[in-house]
Amino acid sequence: MLSNKRISLKGPDLLAEFEDNWQTEMGAAIIGKERVVLRGKDLLSELSNHRWMELIVFSITGEESSKLARLLEGMWVISTSFPDPRLWNNRVAALGGTARTTGALALSAASAVSEADAYGLRVTTRSIDMLFRFKKNLDEGAKLEDLITREFKKYRVVSGYGRPLVSKDERVQPLLRFAKSIGMGAGPYVKLALDISDYLDKSRYRFQINVSAVISALMADEGVPPENLSYFGIFAFISGMYPCHIDAKNKPEGTLFPLSTQRINYTSEHVHRKWISGGKI
Amino acid sequence: MTEADKNPQREQITTKIWREEAEPDNPFAASTCYCSGYDVYGDLLGKISLIEYIWLLFKLEPPTESQAKIFESLAVALANPGPRDHSVRAAMNAGVGGSTRASALIAAISVGAGNLGGSREVYTALQYWQQCGTDLATWQEIILNPPKEERADVWPEFEHTPGFDPNGASCPTPVKQLLDHLCSIEGTDTLQWLQKHRSDLQNYSQTPLSFSGVAAAAFHDLEFQPEQAEIIYLFLRLPGAAAHALEQEKTGFSRYPFFANGLTLTNDPGPIPENA
Repeated sequence: MLSNKRISLKGPDLLAEFEDNWQTEMGAAIIGKERVVLRGKDLLSELSNHRWMELIVFSITGEESSKLARLLEGMWVISTSFPDPRLWNNRVAALGGTARTTGALALSAASAVSEADAYGLRVTTRSIDMLFRFKKNLDEGAKLEDLITREFKKYRVVSGYGRPLVSKDERVQPLLRFAKSIGMGAGPYVKLALDISDYLDKSRYRFQINVSAVISALMADEGVPPENLSYFGIFAFISGMYPCHIDAKNKPEGTLFPLSTQRINYTSEHVHRKWISGGKI
Repeated sequence: MTEADKNPQREQITTKIWREEAEPDNPFAASTCYCSGYDVYGDLLGKISLIEYIWLLFKLEPPTESQAKIFESLAVALANPGPRDHSVRAAMNAGVGGSTRASALIAAISVGAGNLGGSREVYTALQYWQQCGTDLATWQEIILNPPKEERADVWPEFEHTPGFDPNGASCPTPVKQLLDHLCSIEGTDTLQWLQKHRSDLQNYSQTPLSFSGVAAAAFHDLEFQPEQAEIIYLFLRLPGAAAHALEQEKTGFSRYPFFANGLTLTNDPGPIPENA
């Protein structure tokens, strides 16, 4: 926690107070003492037997939860590990392979691309936020139908419902089955997500639930705030990206979905123009 | 007849920017490339300046003389934010460790994309300009009561007025020099209004104008959209990041700040006994 003195400082005084003075509870490598501390625990002894996902959960939240870690692992296996280079973020990983860049450059770019509006991290972040807002409003007496109509009016989307290419999402039932197998998936937010799905399916919108809403609901039932869900998901797609990248790297260079010049559809009328130096006057 | 009509069976990239004609012996190589109707290698090369070409790519029309001057001046001002800037420091961190050069620019782009001095700040500040124009009362209202996004997003919320430096004192000389210079060029109504009312806006926000604020006003005068301004600002700042990263790569980490004594762990549990 920052002291009151530090909080009250402003401008250059604030920066001067922090110069060579980073005080943190998060952790550090105690150089020369063979110790590493993470959130008050010794990484090399107290945390050394943790599974990687358990450590990630602890790093992000400061709380230890094997259950949440297991749920996250299952969620990413089922919902975000498709090894298909046609998917937009995976295709970045594959293009990196066909253009012979490094694995880290290709996969980090592909991961950054996963923070998308049409799929991926922005959808789950908005979906869990919507579920929290809906639940609060419903508890205060609002009607689900009104909330959905308002959401559509304001944002033209109900995050977590509908899908870019197909309507039905094949991942929903396997993920719900997995959650059930580890004693989860029966909370109020999963019920709310399915209630929204029922309503949309029968309404004029005809949208079906996609896996983002299920992920968001499972996380909401665990009390995960939107910000943490977006952190959890940063590398959710990585397992599907590796094969796309490796496959393209192992095939002849430049052969991933090559495009001839005819594959460019120039939609303006082609008028051959001549440049006049100095630009327009 | 469009290209799509000729090859209905194949998916295509749809664009108003670029048209290509194939080499006779290779449909996968272009013999001629047109940018908005201009033959890039047969006509533009040797005639067009880099800044005019960048303008053409985004606007699809040539700039006027004064537009090109404003855009070029902005590009020069932004090209090197200097080695203390967060985005350049990110690039240098790649350099000193011997990371890939691409990762130096990725680091500069990622860190330089944010709300504090980065391209998201320019995007949001330009939205403010679009909303407030040159109406001082509207600016006062938006600075004192900034719009809040009801929904959560991957972007953090703003913690300061976009275009102003929350950690500043007075407006730095280079920011004023850039503003003054741009105002000397024709077609800078927004910038001239900003020059006139800089003190008012700074009083409302209680923070000084920053480079990102001048950049946003310039992009408004040049009639770029916020998303165009965001992405152009990102790449205009890369030359300095690249040069500094290469310089630090040669110098190495031993002559680069590590902040060895700059960190205090406030909850160190201390050594764990071996038999604990």
